Amino acid sequence: MSEPLQILDPLGSLVGDAPMDLEETRRLYRALVAARIYDHKASALQRQGRLATYSPFEGQEAAQIGSAAALRPDDWLVGTYRDAAAMQFQGYPWVNLFLGRTGHESGGATPDGVNVLPPSITVGAHMIHAVGLAWAERIKGSDRIALTYFGDGATSEGDFHEAMNFAGVYATATVFLCQNNGFAISLSREKQTAAETIASKGVGYGVPGLQVDGNDLFAVYKATSDAVVRARRGKGPTLIEALTYRIGPHTTSDDPGRYRDEAQVAKWQERDPLQRVRLYLENNDGWDAEWQTLIEEEEGAVIEQAVAEAEAADPLSPGEMFGAMFAEPTAPLLSQQAMLERDGP
Amino acid sequence: MSELNLAMAINAALAEALDADDNVVLLGEDIGTTGGVFRVTDGLAAKYGAARVVDTPVAESGIVGAAFGMAVAGLRPIVEIQFMGFSYPAFDQLISHVSRIRNRSQHRFTASLVVRIPYGGGIGAAEHHSESAEAIYAHTPGLKLVIPSRPSDAKGLLAAAIADPDPVVFLEPIRLYRSIKEEVPSEPYEVPIGSAAVERPGTDLTLISWGAMMREVREAADQLEVDGLAPEVIDLRSLVPLDVETIVESVAKTGRAVVVQEAPRTGGFASEVAALIGERALYSLAAPVERVTGWDTVVPLRRTEHNYIPSVERVLTAARRVLSA
Repeated sequence: MSEPLQILDPLGSLVGDAPMDLEETRRLYRALVAARIYDHKASALQRQGRLATYSPFEGQEAAQIGSAAALRPDDWLVGTYRDAAAMQFQGYPWVNLFLGRTGHESGGATPDGVNVLPPSITVGAHMIHAVGLAWAERIKGSDRIALTYFGDGATSEGDFHEAMNFAGVYATATVFLCQNNGFAISLSREKQTAAETIASKGVGYGVPGLQVDGNDLFAVYKATSDAVVRARRGKGPTLIEALTYRIGPHTTSDDPGRYRDEAQVAKWQERDPLQRVRLYLENNDGWDAEWQTLIEEEEGAVIEQAVAEAEAADPLSPGEMFGAMFAEPTAPLLSQQAMLERDGP
Repeated sequence: MSELNLAMAINAALAEALDADDNVVLLGEDIGTTGGVFRVTDGLAAKYGAARVVDTPVAESGIVGAAFGMAVAGLRPIVEIQFMGFSYPAFDQLISHVSRIRNRSQHRFTASLVVRIPYGGGIGAAEHHSESAEAIYAHTPGLKLVIPSRPSDAKGLLAAAIADPDPVVFLEPIRLYRSIKEEVPSEPYEVPIGSAAVERPGTDLTLISWGAMMREVREAADQLEVDGLAPEVIDLRSLVPLDVETIVESVAKTGRAVVVQEAPRTGGFASEVAALIGERALYSLAAPVERVTGWDTVVPLRRTEHNYIPSVERVLTAARRVLSA
């Protein structure tokens, strides 16, 4: 395998061609900042007991925003519980993410016109959904593509194999984006697979695979854009392994001190995905402290508003609970609803 | 009208769906070129093309998972799994995703798809080829579960399943594929999901079953009639949603019930039916409800399979015991 693709080094210097202009870089930087504010806010709310378990993605913002930015607004995005940044960038509102995390089913109600599936909680089964979605779009004569996010752990699931194999056989317009963040809860990447890289697994399916510096917004954007173009032209799927690191715990219930060295975390913090874009912008007169304060305030206010909206939502009624199993509730479901209403919970 | 067996009736329903709606796509192992292991899709790939009648790699989870994605994007996929015993690799897709996406997305996304699964024994097949695991699917919220026992119902129920806005598991009794022929309307029609058939009205005893066991139940009912009795025979046709009122009304009238299933005894769907009768019709009962079932064993192989599948005699013995109580 060749070296992972890198365009922007950790000190914000270009080592390749910038794949976007300064204005677009500023737009994406702002999305990185917003994502981190959301991530910290959600962890804080969890500590206050205001939401359930949370799975932070700090450190993976560029892997998510860089790839989601390569999509067209109507493309499909199929992600997991750790992909909130990408989902939101593709149109899934912050309020939906907070609703889901506070334990309200309406969080999963993607707005009309947004083609983002609610986050997959089971590991691995969702990747094949992105194959079916892209396959269906081709049958319908559309050039929409489907991008799916998953972690290094998910590549050990049988469904990774089935998804990659189907995508290869039917040349579906699917982009497989693995955020290799070093750990699947406690299991390190080295213990996950004997393969030298996850990208190399594509060979077994006739699917091109490549590694990118997952903390490099430009590299992730470039690799995903190329994969998206290829998919949209009917040339088939691509597997991208974005090398990144989960700075936080697996979830707010996890204690990473049990399985990893803090020195490793510090090393990766030096490769922070926000910092290098900021340095690049600064070097190109695209950033100053005043603007940083402004975007933090504005994005922070949007996120606070989403929290307030989510916390104000009325819980589902029994009718909504029984009514969401099928298009119309069946007679047995209506009878069970009547039992709940008669006897109480 | 034409005289069709169950396999031909299903083939006719699939052809009508492929004709009527470009969004209908068939996925399965060996369903194209060879027409499926039971030849149920015979001729469909030749007529509708390999892009709509798709021979897939051997990967049940992948097939159902891909169908899920297709359905979410607006197609109407119809999956064939070769045998019930091979449906288990697809459990996670069915139970964790297909059955839940409507709830998870609060109606924004739906998986309107059909999974056809041949099930049941009686053909002396190898291990894993003779199972009756309908209770597992019935126990899974968000899946509809339909099991025809005769060609005319098979065609109409499959049409209803394909048109249904929610996922439907459609079980096909293997040993009835070619054993029953009857007149089936040539034009498209639907048999509503969730409606049981009182296929023989009677007053002395209610015999309740579905799918593969209906043949034994009908023969037992014939024998009881020879004895001068009037059994009422109910073919449930849909386990989810269950037509509770038809069961309750019948037992309220006859006061006696035998529920027959091929599946293992413990936790089977017959137990659900018996419990419902206990809750809703206990004071009408003149005798305990009996279940006639397979055993809590692996389905035996060919030489001793007869010890497992309830025979006409076993149904009759239970019916006579209930009648004499």
